[in-house]
Amino acid sequence: MNTGVELRLDLSDLYAAYCACLDAGRFEDWPDFFTEDCRYRVVARENHDRNLPLGTMDLQSRGALMDRVYAVQSTLFHAPYYQRHIVGPARIIGRDGDTIVAEANYLVIRTKRDQPSEVFNAGRYLDRIVPMPEGLRFADKICIFDSELIPNSIIYPL
Amino acid sequence: MHPDQPRLANEGTIWKSPESSRIPARVYLDPEIYARELERIFYGAHWSYVGLEAEVPEPGCFRRTAIGERSVIMIRNRQGGINVLENRCAHRAMRFCQERYGKVKSLVCPYHQWNYNHEGKLIGVPFRRGVNGQGGMPADFTLEDRSLNKLNVATRGGVVFASFDHQVEPLDQYIGADVLQYFDRTFDGRTLVIQGYSRQRIPGNWKLMMENIKDPYHPGLLHTWFVTFGLWRADNKSQLLMDSHGRHACMISRRNEAVDEEVARAATSYRANMKLHDLRLLDIVHEKWWGAPTVCMTTIFPSVIFQQQVNSLSTRQIIPVGPDKFDFVWTHFGFEEDSPEMSTRRMRQANLFGPAGFVSADDGEVIEYSQEGLRQDDAFATLCELGGTEIGNTDHMVTETLIRGMYRYWRQVMGQ
Repeated sequence: MNTGVELRLDLSDLYAAYCACLDAGRFEDWPDFFTEDCRYRVVARENHDRNLPLGTMDLQSRGALMDRVYAVQSTLFHAPYYQRHIVGPARIIGRDGDTIVAEANYLVIRTKRDQPSEVFNAGRYLDRIVPMPEGLRFADKICIFDSELIPNSIIYPL
Repeated sequence: MHPDQPRLANEGTIWKSPESSRIPARVYLDPEIYARELERIFYGAHWSYVGLEAEVPEPGCFRRTAIGERSVIMIRNRQGGINVLENRCAHRAMRFCQERYGKVKSLVCPYHQWNYNHEGKLIGVPFRRGVNGQGGMPADFTLEDRSLNKLNVATRGGVVFASFDHQVEPLDQYIGADVLQYFDRTFDGRTLVIQGYSRQRIPGNWKLMMENIKDPYHPGLLHTWFVTFGLWRADNKSQLLMDSHGRHACMISRRNEAVDEEVARAATSYRANMKLHDLRLLDIVHEKWWGAPTVCMTTIFPSVIFQQQVNSLSTRQIIPVGPDKFDFVWTHFGFEEDSPEMSTRRMRQANLFGPAGFVSADDGEVIEYSQEGLRQDDAFATLCELGGTEIGNTDHMVTETLIRGMYRYWRQVMGQ
């Protein structure tokens, strides 16, 4: 297993690739960043801090991620928008066997058509990352967001 | 403002006919109308939702919220009852409570440390008698002179309502027997458990959200997930009912898993080939207390929606912020008696709802773009005539009667 600098570079690449995928709107590739029995949650900080179970999104398998992608591309009516992720350095906060527990601040800027860009969702990722043959993958990702008063709706994954 | 439009002030109505089926755009835009709505509706003889008893389990526990644009505090008192106090210091108006929730021995305004008990009674004023014989409050001042504004409170089934009007009719009369039976279906005395909150700021007039949940026409068309999985379709067995004023309503329906192809084809949103990869989202379990219906959406004018859609339950609170936006606060809940599997099921189905919901995200979006359309021409009037212009309960969903009912009431209250 990688240690030290190499691991940090691999983590940095993982986060950069994850954001590039979402920001390009390649949602069909998004589930590939996750393990088969992954969990992806978008949770308001107040719920996370108070140990309340509600997720704004709570997808409990790679299949559920694919269902979200289908909804985004085919069923959720919405005004389309660009996302632009800015992610801070990933901080390794723990190990659990092969699993790396990491967190990183993120900021998503939304630009709707014909509208100025705006701060859309600010928060931190709290992730469990596992080494797979094809590379590092998210086994569990929580987007814990400060921006609790959501500017209307969240359509695309964060 | 369009030159042919009368000013609101004290002149007649901006509505063009006695029917309440063609809603003038100004109803959604005009600041004077909005100010009058706050005065006569939110701050008048109406009950507004402030929270659930489960949010304030012990004395001193509080939840801060708002009725209209006035900040209020729901707090459990030492006798075990609930008070709702205006979040405004009786001294010089400071909105002293800035946390959303907590537990306090007393309520203190930090500016001058005026101190109130859970009843809102003033119990301490620093330097009241002066210092070294100088200054202090006037000799005839007593602590009883100034209290926090205490609202009228009613609780039922674990749900808390409040009103600025102490003469408002009792809550059960306000809701009315017909709607009350559906309220009591969910809130029948079982202890509630809070599962979490969602909040959105939706850029539209607050009434558009009331309308959205009085609109049985759209769910079977806009909401693909409802159509495709039979959770809401025009051919489902259903019922629409209102209170005697037409201001509150229930939309009640029963899931039909078999697809009526003709009805499904009418909805361009239907996806015959839509298959979920993770079917646990639709692991729906009938709960005995539902009876026959699988969904009941209740609007209690002006401030709250009560959702029971399959195993997902929420209260949805409307807090207006000017005429062109409102905050929408969801409280998802379950029952203390729920098994862990049922709690998990409720949380999984919550993916359908809320600001990112497979179903609900659509609603916020269409409301935003409706407001934009209304704003671009204040001489416009909507056509709300599905089902004609009549107002009355029905056993089908192909009607906008509930919206007409609400506006007939609205016109009475607003002098329009």
